[in-house]
Amino acid sequence: MFFTYLRRELRRRRKAALVVASGLALGIALVIVVSSVSSGMSQAQDKVLQSLYGLGTDMTVTKAAAPPGEGDNRRRFEFDAKGDTGAEQSSDRVMVQGFQTLASSTVTQVGGQDGVAQAVGGLSLTVLKVNGEFKPGEITPPQGGGRTGQGGTGGAGGGEVRGGGAAFDVNSYTVFGTDVAAPALGPLTSSKITTGRTFKSTETDAAVAVVDSAYAKEKSLAVGKTVTISGTKFSIVGVATADSGDSAANLYIPLKKAQTLADSKDKVTTVYVKAADSQQIDSVKSAIQKNIPDTTVTTSADLAGTVSGSLSTASDLATTVGKWLSIAVLIAAFLVAGLLTSSAVSRRVREFGTLKALGWKSGRVTRQVVGEALVNGLLGGVLGIALGLGGAYLVTAISPTLTAQLGSTGGGGGLAGGGPMGGGPARQTASKALDIALTAPVSVSTIGIAVGLAVAGGLIAGGFGGWRASRLRPADALRRVE
Amino acid sequence: MYQLRGVTKRYSRGKKTVDALAGVDLTIEDGGRLVIQGPTGGGKSTLLQMLGGLDRPTRGSVEFDGVDLAQLPEARLTKVRAESIGFVFQSFNLIPTLTAQENVETALVPLGLKGAARRERAAEALGSVGLGERLGHVPGELSGGQQQRVAIARALVKRPKVLLADEPTGNLDESMRDEIMELLEGLWKEHGLTFIMVTHDSSIARRAPRLATIRKGRVTITENAAA
Repeated sequence: MFFTYLRRELRRRRKAALVVASGLALGIALVIVVSSVSSGMSQAQDKVLQSLYGLGTDMTVTKAAAPPGEGDNRRRFEFDAKGDTGAEQSSDRVMVQGFQTLASSTVTQVGGQDGVAQAVGGLSLTVLKVNGEFKPGEITPPQGGGRTGQGGTGGAGGGEVRGGGAAFDVNSYTVFGTDVAAPALGPLTSSKITTGRTFKSTETDAAVAVVDSAYAKEKSLAVGKTVTISGTKFSIVGVATADSGDSAANLYIPLKKAQTLADSKDKVTTVYVKAADSQQIDSVKSAIQKNIPDTTVTTSADLAGTVSGSLSTASDLATTVGKWLSIAVLIAAFLVAGLLTSSAVSRRVREFGTLKALGWKSGRVTRQVVGEALVNGLLGGVLGIALGLGGAYLVTAISPTLTAQLGSTGGGGGLAGGGPMGGGPARQTASKALDIALTAPVSVSTIGIAVGLAVAGGLIAGGFGGWRASRLRPADALRRVE
Repeated sequence: MYQLRGVTKRYSRGKKTVDALAGVDLTIEDGGRLVIQGPTGGGKSTLLQMLGGLDRPTRGSVEFDGVDLAQLPEARLTKVRAESIGFVFQSFNLIPTLTAQENVETALVPLGLKGAARRERAAEALGSVGLGERLGHVPGELSGGQQQRVAIARALVKRPKVLLADEPTGNLDESMRDEIMELLEGLWKEHGLTFIMVTHDSSIARRAPRLATIRKGRVTITENAAA
């Protein structure tokens, strides 16, 4: 009888049922879309963060920022003022990014902390190559005749120096010294080897390099060719393509080689840390900061806060405006559903009064009302899920491009360590923008939440109506003239 | 069967109070037939609701089979209604979405009967009021007289001790009225029920063996030996 009665009543009141279901559907669809877009944003942010220091890294440890002047070991370019005219000169400098290094023993120290699954060191370098020539100026005496002089401008012996100067090209690229014995951690994990191979664990001090695909294209480098870094030739064994389109470095070489090039024996710029339990990252961070002085520990959460650009704005919108809009629409939908159900009960007082006169308990009448509302809620849930999935599919199909601004990089810039946000190796430009295509993945838990909301909506609406029905006295109901 | 003592029902609207029933004393024997008559607003329906356990008096007692309905908790009162009292209303009060058979079944739901047993008894009850061929029709597909027959079948399907009818012919034309009255009187005799009916209709009232006339909440009983 319960289901027969329920089915017939829903069929009779299908317009009202549709209104209630549509309201709930709208709210539920909004929750699904906002939730899936938020999830997509989160994935996009993860992607951005992964591009900073690779997959699997939970935090990085760098040297705490030193006061200005302290530890500043910048080297200068030196050129001879040769007598030869027009001779090309070249000088390159391998510099540690951020000029702040940690002792390699720190890696072992970090690895020994509670909750640390693995710790790997890396050395980020910037190679600045300057090459060009000096052109001598000519001294023109006041009364004709002249002699050659060094330098650009200025007078000599009462004559006037004309012409001269210097023309230099500056070429800068980044090199990352990676621990070849631990390939699962570090910046290279955010790239895929598309040609050739990665390092062998035996190549700890080999003159081999993996080159980023974009840099390889720009400089016409390929597997089998060589690249010279500060006078040392490296054989290119592989080409790596960054997952996010933005590589961690132009060239990757074994850590030991990088240390030699930068004259930083047993030094690293960054320690990449994988926590044993992703839920205990904060406690691991605290332990490292407490036990290893003069270090800065940066977690994914810390990095996430520094990502700006449209991705960040959209993410903020999704988590604030989207969330509150969803809540507001849901509350409105629940209230409307409740009021409509209550109003439907008011129109059926004679019917319910008759049933009570026939001996139906209040609970049975209430169950009938709640049952009808619950079916309305579930109907709204089904519509809402369909609508929400459609919305999420549309977002994924359109894949709007969001830009993630990774902040300032380069020597000495950024936060601690000179890497972007203080974590990993620096990017090639002062401020790097990553384009991320937004997707809206719908998880099973989101669908679960939608179903829960549908049931909740039905129960709330049924609660309104059921409460009204349970309070009906049969005499009052039968006395009412309709 | 029924013993009413000093039953008063007071309604308040703002500062105004109205006694729909004012100290009614009334005894109704088992198997008796009583017609309640009186002007509109005189308290007829209120008295019927007291007898049916649909409402409680402000004062006084309504004893039914030795139990005071005025003092019974709601759950037990509901049980009394479910098992012992059948109602027939002027407006039939059928559920519009349910078929004739399902409408009759609604009276059996509180008794805990299973679906097949319910359907069987409902079909039997509808057969006894001449609607054996209309089991699957919804109220909208039936005439007024047929709808009232369904309502009568619904009242009697649970085999109650009492049948309470509130102006059962009020919405019917004359020929249908006689038909329904004949049916009700026949069923009363056949089932040995206590039959209490409220009516405006003097021709019906005249046929009753016992007439309760209610004015301003007070009841006067007239015995009609000829009926």
